[in-house]
Amino acid sequence: MVGTTTTAPVPTTTAVVGRRSQRNVKTLPLIAPSVIVLFLWMIVPLAMTLWFSFQYYNLLDPSVGGFAGIENYTYLLTDPSLWTAMANTIFLVFWVLVITVGFGTLLAVLFDQDFYGRGVARLLAIAPFFVMPTVSALIWKNMLMHPVNGLFAFFSRSLGLPVIDFFGSLPLTSVIIIVAWQWLPFALLILLTAIQSLDGEQKEAARMDGAGPFAMFFFIILPHLGRAISVVIMIETIFLLSVFAEIYVTTSGGPGLASTNLAFLIYLRALREYDVGGASAAGVIAVILANIVAIFLVRSIAKNIAD
Amino acid sequence: MHPKTRERLIMTLVGWIAAGLIFFPIFWMVLTSFKPEVEAIATPPKLFFTPTLENYITVRERADYVHFALNSVIISVGATFLATVIAVPAAYAMAFFPGRKTKDLLLWMLSTKMMPAVGVLIPIYLLFRDIGAIDTRWGLIVVYTLMNLPIVVWMLYTFFKEVPKDILEAGRMDGAKPKQEVWMLLMPLSLPGIASTALLSIILCWNEAFWSLNLTTSAAAPLTTFIASFSAPEGLFWAKLSAASTIAIAPILVFGWMSQRQLVRGLTFGAVK
Repeated sequence: MVGTTTTAPVPTTTAVVGRRSQRNVKTLPLIAPSVIVLFLWMIVPLAMTLWFSFQYYNLLDPSVGGFAGIENYTYLLTDPSLWTAMANTIFLVFWVLVITVGFGTLLAVLFDQDFYGRGVARLLAIAPFFVMPTVSALIWKNMLMHPVNGLFAFFSRSLGLPVIDFFGSLPLTSVIIIVAWQWLPFALLILLTAIQSLDGEQKEAARMDGAGPFAMFFFIILPHLGRAISVVIMIETIFLLSVFAEIYVTTSGGPGLASTNLAFLIYLRALREYDVGGASAAGVIAVILANIVAIFLVRSIAKNIAD
Repeated sequence: MHPKTRERLIMTLVGWIAAGLIFFPIFWMVLTSFKPEVEAIATPPKLFFTPTLENYITVRERADYVHFALNSVIISVGATFLATVIAVPAAYAMAFFPGRKTKDLLLWMLSTKMMPAVGVLIPIYLLFRDIGAIDTRWGLIVVYTLMNLPIVVWMLYTFFKEVPKDILEAGRMDGAKPKQEVWMLLMPLSLPGIASTALLSIILCWNEAFWSLNLTTSAAAPLTTFIASFSAPEGLFWAKLSAASTIAIAPILVFGWMSQRQLVRGLTFGAVK
């Protein structure tokens, strides 16, 4: 036992070492630029945010200054607007996830079928993902959801239904619809790729055993999609936690705070109210929130590159 | 009719309806861009009208549109070029000479991507203000480079790993120096991979809105910021907005369609194949 473990690995190690010294490539100078710039990009702003979050700091009023202790945090945590923004953030992330994963799965199954012009239909279906957020927000706001001239208002009137003032009465729901429309293609693309990697023989075998479409979906396809769905959920969550442009363009966080999420709250605090200390404290909270999600994502990806 | 054929026809119908519904807002925007301004806001909405190129001409004649479009091009291409130049050596080293720490390093790079931009907005804003980088193209190029660097390293890494080692080794036997090996063998062999990595990076830069809205006002503002300026109700001209938007998204939509397969790999960091 001892003998085999000590002797066996020796040749391979020497082979590797031998080849590497023969190659004479120093990897450090090749990797260093990427690592250094990314490290600075991560650590400098983060350290500054943390530092500011313990300071009194107002961009307009230089007389305000000095160590604030945890006052920015206590102020923030007792301020109802933080909790409204948190609730809105979670609400938005949750519903966009439900819509995109739900419809994304159905669409992925649909586009996995063989039909006429499938390639073109697929391209049309993934298109919203490539539309810049400010453009998609404006199309939805003006041409579709506008209470007077919008297309939805026209349909409602034609059917004799009451016209919905989307951004006035359902501001957060409207933002959710727009964001979900943008992210649905992402879920579709990932899930479709996953479905297509499903072994054809396995499907054939299930069909031979008499599995109908529903059995096929619930017992073969859905279990196979498990990991892809978890990847979609985590990547979307990372991006959805900081939805900004769609809110900026459509509702500016209003009416009141009805559609303000954490990202928009920080923006309001810092660049509209010039309260750097308070905004930084909110920033620290946003970083913590994202990191909780990120830990799970990095772990699941680590498993995938185990080879 | 054969049941197989009928099934296929039904699938075709359902598939096209679904695709049509998802694509509809874009279709409507493009349609509106060809309407005269009065007909663009008409109720009931006009499906049939005499198409006009008037809006596109107006948009093109407004010199500021060209200015914003140029900013978008310069910033996206600049950031993509920089990120690729920094990432290629790192991806090469990690793919061909992996050490014990390589995996950890890759995951750490990925983790920098998880940091929400809002969490670091204030320091970046203040730093930029102090060094005079607010509303400059190079300022945004630096931010976008760093924003995309992890993704670019990851994608290049996965592409380089697929290059057969034998070819590089054969070149080495023929006396190729490391630099020649990268330039004459690795680069041409992985050109499709490098191209789709660059494409994804350009798409992400082109559509980025958080940093551009907060760090630019006009001089360096890309199209995302320009389009957002239409959100004020007084500046509302639907047909012109549609025309401007159509030109703004058209090139990137084509890029996206071209690189959709590699996109999955890039966006999920290789976790879904």
